[in-house]
Amino acid sequence: MSRKLPALTQDSRSFWQGGAKGQLLIHFCTQCQRYFHPPGPICPTCGNDGVGPKAVSGRGTIATFTINHQQWNPNLKVPYIVAMIELEEQLGLRLVSNITGTAPSDIRIGQSVQVRFEAIEDVWIPLFEVRQDV
Amino acid sequence: MFDRILEKDVAISGIGMSEVGRPSPLSAMKLTTDACLQAIADAGLSKDDIDGVACWPGDNNNGDAFSPVGPNALISTLGLKVNWFGGGYEGPGPLAGIINGAMAIAAGFCNHVLVFRTITESTKRQTDKTASALNNKTIGRDTSFFWQWYTPFDVMSAINLAAMYAQRHMFEYGTKEEQLAQIALTCRANAQVNPNAVFRTPLSMDEYMSSRMISSPLRLFDCDVHCDASTAIILSRSDLAKDGPNQPIRIEAIGSALHQPWSWDQINLTGMAAIDAAKMMWARTDYKPSDVGNAQLYDGFSIFTLIWLEALGLCPPGEAGNFIEGGQRIARDGELPINTNGGQLSGGRTHGLGYVHEACTQLWGRAGERQINPHQVAVAASGGGPLAGSLLLVKD
Ligand SMILES: [Zn+2]
Repeated sequence: MSRKLPALTQDSRSFWQGGAKGQLLIHFCTQCQRYFHPPGPICPTCGNDGVGPKAVSGRGTIATFTINHQQWNPNLKVPYIVAMIELEEQLGLRLVSNITGTAPSDIRIGQSVQVRFEAIEDVWIPLFEVRQDV
Repeated sequence: MFDRILEKDVAISGIGMSEVGRPSPLSAMKLTTDACLQAIADAGLSKDDIDGVACWPGDNNNGDAFSPVGPNALISTLGLKVNWFGGGYEGPGPLAGIINGAMAIAAGFCNHVLVFRTITESTKRQTDKTASALNNKTIGRDTSFFWQWYTPFDVMSAINLAAMYAQRHMFEYGTKEEQLAQIALTCRANAQVNPNAVFRTPLSMDEYMSSRMISSPLRLFDCDVHCDASTAIILSRSDLAKDGPNQPIRIEAIGSALHQPWSWDQINLTGMAAIDAAKMMWARTDYKPSDVGNAQLYDGFSIFTLIWLEALGLCPPGEAGNFIEGGQRIARDGELPINTNGGQLSGGRTHGLGYVHEACTQLWGRAGERQINPHQVAVAASGGGPLAGSLLLVKD
C-alpha cells in the first residue's frame, strides 16, 4: 500500500496523530457538548471557540460501504473496502475509512466496528475492524 | 420565505453545442468558440451584444482537462466587451455558471450573458488512463480541505462516495440493482436517437448486470462517459429575449441552497445537497413537480439521478427504485421523460450544461427523432454529494 497522506495543519494534526497514543481524537465543543468533523477552530453549530480534540471510544457502526474493484494505480491491492463509519458517540458523526480484516463478501451495513491505527511517517491512519465480540 | 425572486426576469434565448468527440481533434478553445458562436447566433445576437460571461468551474489557471477554458481566456479570444464575468469551482455544482449569470442580469449588470462549459477529458485519457484518480492529481501530501479526509483511505474517485450513497439507498429503501439499471438503460435508449451521443448501440439488462463492477454496487454502465465537448447557453433579460428568434425560456426558479456541511460524508446520504437545492427551487415558484414535462437530472453516476428524482419530489422519498422499475415512466413516451439526449451516461459527460441544452431543445420542439410530447415546464438539475443546483425552466 502507498496511501496518500494528508498535509497536517494546526486543526487536523490531532486527528491524524491521535493514534500514536492509540486514541481516536474528534473535535468537541464544550458549549453545546457536540462532536464535529472535520476539525476546525470553531464550533459549526454554536460558533463557540472552546473546541478541541477529545478521545472517543473508537467504536461505531458501518453506515454504508463500497467494495472498490477498480485498479486506479499499480500500487493498489484490489478489492478493498471503503466505508463510512458512524461513531457511537453521536448520530450522524461519520468518518470515511477502510474496513480491514474481513472479506468483502462478509461486510454489511450496521456491523459494529472498532478503530485500529496504521502508522505511516508522522500519520496514524484510523482504520476499522469488524468487532467479533458483538 | 423568499420575496424577491428576480430570476424570473431572466430567460434562455439561445443554445449551442460543439461536436461531442471521444476524442475530438479540435482544440479546447475551438470547441468552446464553436459552441459559443452557435449559441449567440441561435439567440439572434452578435458577439457585440454579449456583455457578460459565466462559467463553472473556470480554468483554475491550469488548463486541466476537467475545465480547460475559463471566462478570461474566452473573453480575450472572442474579443468581448463585458460588464461582468465570473468562474470558479466554489458554487452549487455544474449549473453555477447559469445561476451566477442569471444573478448578474437580475442585478442589472448585464443584458446578455454567455454561459459555457468545456471539457476535454477524452483527449486527456489518451495519454493518462488514470487522469481522474484523485490520488494521482496532486504530488505529495493532500492539502485539499475536503479530499484529505478521503484520499488517505484510497478513495480514488467520487465513485467510491457515490457508491456508498447507492449502497445506503438500497439498504434503507430496498432499491434493487435491476431498478438502478434503468437509468443506464433509459439513457442508452435515448442516446440511440441522438446523433451527437457518444454511445448509441443498444444496451440490455443482461449486459448491464454482467458489466464490470467498479465500486459496488456501481458498475461500469453507472458511470458517465468522458468526452471532449463544449456547451453554451445565452441568458438574456426577459424583455430583450422577446425580440429574439426563439420563444424565451424563462428561469422560473433557481435552487442553489446548501444547508448542510460541504462534505461527502457529513451530509444526508440519501438526499445529498440535492434536497436543499430542490426545496429552495420549489419555494420560489407556484409550479409543482407534477407540472414538469421533461427532467434532465445529473447522471455523473446513476445513483445521483435516483436521488434527484426524490429530492425534486418527482417521486415520493425512497420510491425512486420502484418509480423507475421497468423504465416505462421515465421513457420518452412515459409520464416523466428523463435525460432525453442520453444523459451523461451515454450522451457524454458534457458536465452540467448538457442538461440545460437538452431541456431547451425539448421545450423548443427541436429534438428531432427523440422529441417528446409538447410541454411548457422542464427541470434541469446537476451535481452529486455536496454539489447541487437546479433550474425550473418555463416556456410560457
Ligand atoms: Zn458548539
